[in-house]
Amino acid sequence: MTATVSRPAGAPVLPLDVEAIRADFPILSRTVRDGRRLVYLDSGATSQKPTSVLDAERHFYENYNAAPHRGAHQLAEEATAAYEAARATIGAFIGAPENEVVFTRNSTEAINLVAYALSNAATAKEPEFRRYAVGQGDEIVVTEMEHHANLLPWQQLCERTGATLRWLGLTDDGRLDLSDLGTVVNERTKLVAVTQQSNILGTINPLGEITARAREVGALVLIDGAQSVPHQPVDVATLGADFLVFSGHKMLGPTGVGVLWGRYEVLDALPPFLTGGSMIEVVRMEGSTFMPPPQRFEAGVPMTAQVIGLGAAVEYLQRLGMANVLAHEEALTAYALEQLQAIPGVTVIGPPDTVARGGAISFTVEGIHPHDVGQVLDDLGIAVRVGHHCAWPVVRRYGVPATTRATFYVHTGYDDIDALVDGVREAQRFFGVAPSDSEGATS
Amino acid sequence: MQLQSMYQDIILDHYRNPHGRGLRDPFEAEVHHVNPTCGDEVTLRVHLDGDTIADVSYEGMGCSISQASVSAMYDLVLGKSVTDALQTGEQFMTLMQSKGDAAVAERLEDDLEDAVAFAGVSKYPARVKCALMSWMALKDASARALSTAPTGENA
Repeated sequence: MTATVSRPAGAPVLPLDVEAIRADFPILSRTVRDGRRLVYLDSGATSQKPTSVLDAERHFYENYNAAPHRGAHQLAEEATAAYEAARATIGAFIGAPENEVVFTRNSTEAINLVAYALSNAATAKEPEFRRYAVGQGDEIVVTEMEHHANLLPWQQLCERTGATLRWLGLTDDGRLDLSDLGTVVNERTKLVAVTQQSNILGTINPLGEITARAREVGALVLIDGAQSVPHQPVDVATLGADFLVFSGHKMLGPTGVGVLWGRYEVLDALPPFLTGGSMIEVVRMEGSTFMPPPQRFEAGVPMTAQVIGLGAAVEYLQRLGMANVLAHEEALTAYALEQLQAIPGVTVIGPPDTVARGGAISFTVEGIHPHDVGQVLDDLGIAVRVGHHCAWPVVRRYGVPATTRATFYVHTGYDDIDALVDGVREAQRFFGVAPSDSEGATS
Repeated sequence: MQLQSMYQDIILDHYRNPHGRGLRDPFEAEVHHVNPTCGDEVTLRVHLDGDTIADVSYEGMGCSISQASVSAMYDLVLGKSVTDALQTGEQFMTLMQSKGDAAVAERLEDDLEDAVAFAGVSKYPARVKCALMSWMALKDASARALSTAPTGENA
């Protein structure tokens, strides 16, 4: 059996066996819109789930469903063991010890956890929780390419505390403009929040330069890994950051579980965000004390099944090998960029080549609004995302109302990209804007 | 292919050659509405003569459905009383909630004229908001126009 589904002439053999992988994803065998094969190019929004993840959740509910870290019965013991085993697995996946892994609902909640902890620090009654307090005169730095999830919590933190929000801009080719890094990140900077891989542009950011500058001025660094952890090897030991956040549902895991990784020393100096059961040490009517991390940040009965499901997703990715996942997507991205940019009227918003670039490809089609492009693609069974991709400042920066975005994953093959390219041409035909070939050749 | 059911020729005609486009004076109210899920925008002005809609002028950017919808709306509401125009808006809302039920479209055909062509859009929940944006803007602008010029004598 060949390793690829219909490989175009000249294109490299894909590192992953797409046909075998597709068989692991039940949803990929369904049809959409009058019997068409589902071409799922929206993994950047949420990924599909392999059978092993679905089985792990079902197995939990059928065999040892109980609230972890409570109760002395056998089911509670087994649930606790499975929950903590998943924490160890997920931690190892990013090179982190388990006590630095906090489970949240998703990346958004993980970022809010940190943002609220930093403002709660200012009013904490415990002196040891005030170390990273943010207040008037302090600065928080983000970038113009952040997902709203890594922008609004910081805007709000600044509004609550009187701190100032600053940001690094973008270059015309979709990269961070680091020319003023030295002034934007300065002695007043308390935290720098930056994405590792842009969800809309696909850009992979040069984190080393940013973390080095943050170190110089003693600022914390939070990396948004929602689009990087699912698609490339990430090791917190070499990341140079204090926090990393990612979402389970974008990496073959269930919805409702995300991760905040934090350096233990930093987590230990932060007050809680949400309070309640599980996160306490001693509770009295007059006041309470809290558990050490990670429990301090996990109030209430956790999303046990989802955590166990995410553990299974991580094991699935580990079996494939994250280096292979990255190489697979690089090959697809190179092919897709070449094919899409060969269509007259198509403009890629973001890096036009594969240098420091992931597999999120945003583009516009001259004369057709992205919603209408998406509708034609949907009619052909192709699922893409259209709109501003929760990164409104980015589309504004590039002067477009919205884009069409295709994202790839482990089950994506060349045939999916061919379908996308044919679909874009079909949209041009349908709306009567197909430019003549000579126009493309002479431009 | 189901696309034709959504993109009726009437819709594409309105999209390519919009009626009444451009912002004009005089006006009693101007509103700006956005569709936050996709970033589509419309700026819409209403000019009343008494309680009659004397002009609706607009600028906007968005998909074919949202742009065609505002154009078809312009044709429908011009010269109507605010009450009648808003009632037509309610009928359009009913059409958008019909989930492609042909009986609903048939019943509303006489009142909605060209706008009944949007019946196909009602089968696509994600696009219903696109078609409704301009009608929401009209409702908002009319209410403001009535409250700022309660007598209509200065119109």
